[in-house]
Amino acid sequence: MSTGLVVRVLPPALLGARRSALWVERQWVASRRIWLVLVSGAFEPLLYLLAIGVGVGALVGDVTYGGQPVPYASWVAPAMLAASAMNGAVYETTGNVFFRMRYSKVYDGALATPLEPRDLALGELIWALLRGAAYAVSFAVVMAVLGLMESWWSLLLVPAALLIGLAFAGLGLYAVTFMRSWTDLDLVQLVTLPLFLFSATFVPLDDYPAWAEPIVVVTPLYQGVALLRDLSLGSVGPATLGHVAYLVVLGLTGLALAGRRFSRMLVR
Amino acid sequence: MSTPPAEHPLIAARPTGTGPAVEAVGVVKRFGDFTAVAGIDFAVAPGETFGFLGPNGAGKSSTMRMVGCVSHPTEGTMRVLGRDPRRDGPEIRGRLGVVPQQDTLDGELTVMDNMYVYGRFFRLPRAEVRARSAELLEFVQLADRATAKVDELSGGMKRRLTIARALINRPELVLLDEPTTGLDPQARHLLWERLYRLRADGVTLVLTTHYMDEAEQLCDRLVIMDRGRIVAEGGPAELIRRHAARDVVELRLPAGAEPPSGVLEELADHVERLPDRVLLSTDDGDQTLAAVIGRGVAHERAVVRRATLEDVFLRLTGRTLVD
Repeated sequence: MSTGLVVRVLPPALLGARRSALWVERQWVASRRIWLVLVSGAFEPLLYLLAIGVGVGALVGDVTYGGQPVPYASWVAPAMLAASAMNGAVYETTGNVFFRMRYSKVYDGALATPLEPRDLALGELIWALLRGAAYAVSFAVVMAVLGLMESWWSLLLVPAALLIGLAFAGLGLYAVTFMRSWTDLDLVQLVTLPLFLFSATFVPLDDYPAWAEPIVVVTPLYQGVALLRDLSLGSVGPATLGHVAYLVVLGLTGLALAGRRFSRMLVR
Repeated sequence: MSTPPAEHPLIAARPTGTGPAVEAVGVVKRFGDFTAVAGIDFAVAPGETFGFLGPNGAGKSSTMRMVGCVSHPTEGTMRVLGRDPRRDGPEIRGRLGVVPQQDTLDGELTVMDNMYVYGRFFRLPRAEVRARSAELLEFVQLADRATAKVDELSGGMKRRLTIARALINRPELVLLDEPTTGLDPQARHLLWERLYRLRADGVTLVLTTHYMDEAEQLCDRLVIMDRGRIVAEGGPAELIRRHAARDVVELRLPAGAEPPSGVLEELADHVERLPDRVLLSTDDGDQTLAAVIGRGVAHERAVVRRATLEDVFLRLTGRTLVD
């Protein structure tokens, strides 16, 4: 049978994927206002792009990228998409998951069925990616309408934004298992805000102090920003694949660790 | 509301196999330094209604979580529906119905969606889940609340919804952890009646309670737990016969008017002194009460009653079940 083949080909960690889909279905039933995600997905970048891209861009003029001058708005837009992919994934996997794990007991209810803790972790990750995809599509449409895509590689912006979602959802799911109170959740902001501001988001990496460059380069949002910029500005190369690999490894590692933590937290 | 037919195809359980539905050998559960379950052995036969009776902290819920395959023994072995929970957890849970002590309903969903989502977790086809949900909501008298949010339900309604939800997969074994705690008498009796019907359908029920009357009403067999151990096992009537005299005379004594020591002991098989009253175990309560009056023992109030499981528990542990 084909399932037999699938079982042999897929690593054991993915075997729970079919059960995880059941958790995704629960999320779908619970989310009555999915259209709101789509609307805000278009609204937020519009504000950003108008304020920073067009407004600041008028002051800054062109930025040099890959040896070519690029309008500031086109240069900053992929970074905004990367940042919103990060924020969406982090928001979905920390606050919401924290509430379900510590207060609402819905996980306990689900674990009385065939679902396992790691199925819940993977289900939450898939759901975060689905929401992220809806959001990224809206964002990309706005970018296209405003003429901020400089290359056909931009068609890959949405899947690439999902890789950023994967990386941060994996991290978020792992981190949330260590949080004990709502105050701990504030620490999340303490990490995401500097990432948002200092991942070569608004200022080219070359303009950072020399000592800061290597630090910025190893942070995950920088990798995501660089990936999306490569695509939308059309300067794809071996480094682009490096960014992809970084985000995939980070996401899968986070997910694997999160699955183990979910088991330890929920099966005592 | 029409009464569902006796042979209710949607509610009837699937018969369990021939081996024990649950079997525990030398099961210990520790959380750090705290020992919740200190080595217990028991077996539940298919179709049986089996109870764990004991005060809070006796280890009942820890035991139930291990039977439910959401917690594993620190020592000893557990088999549920003939399988190993450590290895076959998802498979076993697919055949269980669980009514936990704490409400685990999905507060973000309506009553009907709770049923639907839960049924889908068992991979039941969507159409079947919808049909079965409607039938089960009828069974627990919640059909008119199908579109209500869970938060709008009363405690008794939530309990009934939890029970309906636990039956969505036609479980062979239903685990109920203190199913009626916090319910008013009316809600309790409705729940008992529903549990009787499940039992009549051949479902194996395992329940915990700290209500003696509940254990006596529902259980074919039970174990009494205290501080993580099983201190007695048997049918309710058998336990009373074995561990208590037939009758109990309850005396409420005036403050500071304790009769001379030894007087009461002469009149009964066993004397239990509680903060607010004295219990005399005896085979003939009326005769003993007459003797108490004859000896001139001062008392404010006297009641003669049949011995209950509470008396068994008291005799075995020296403590009351509900403080």
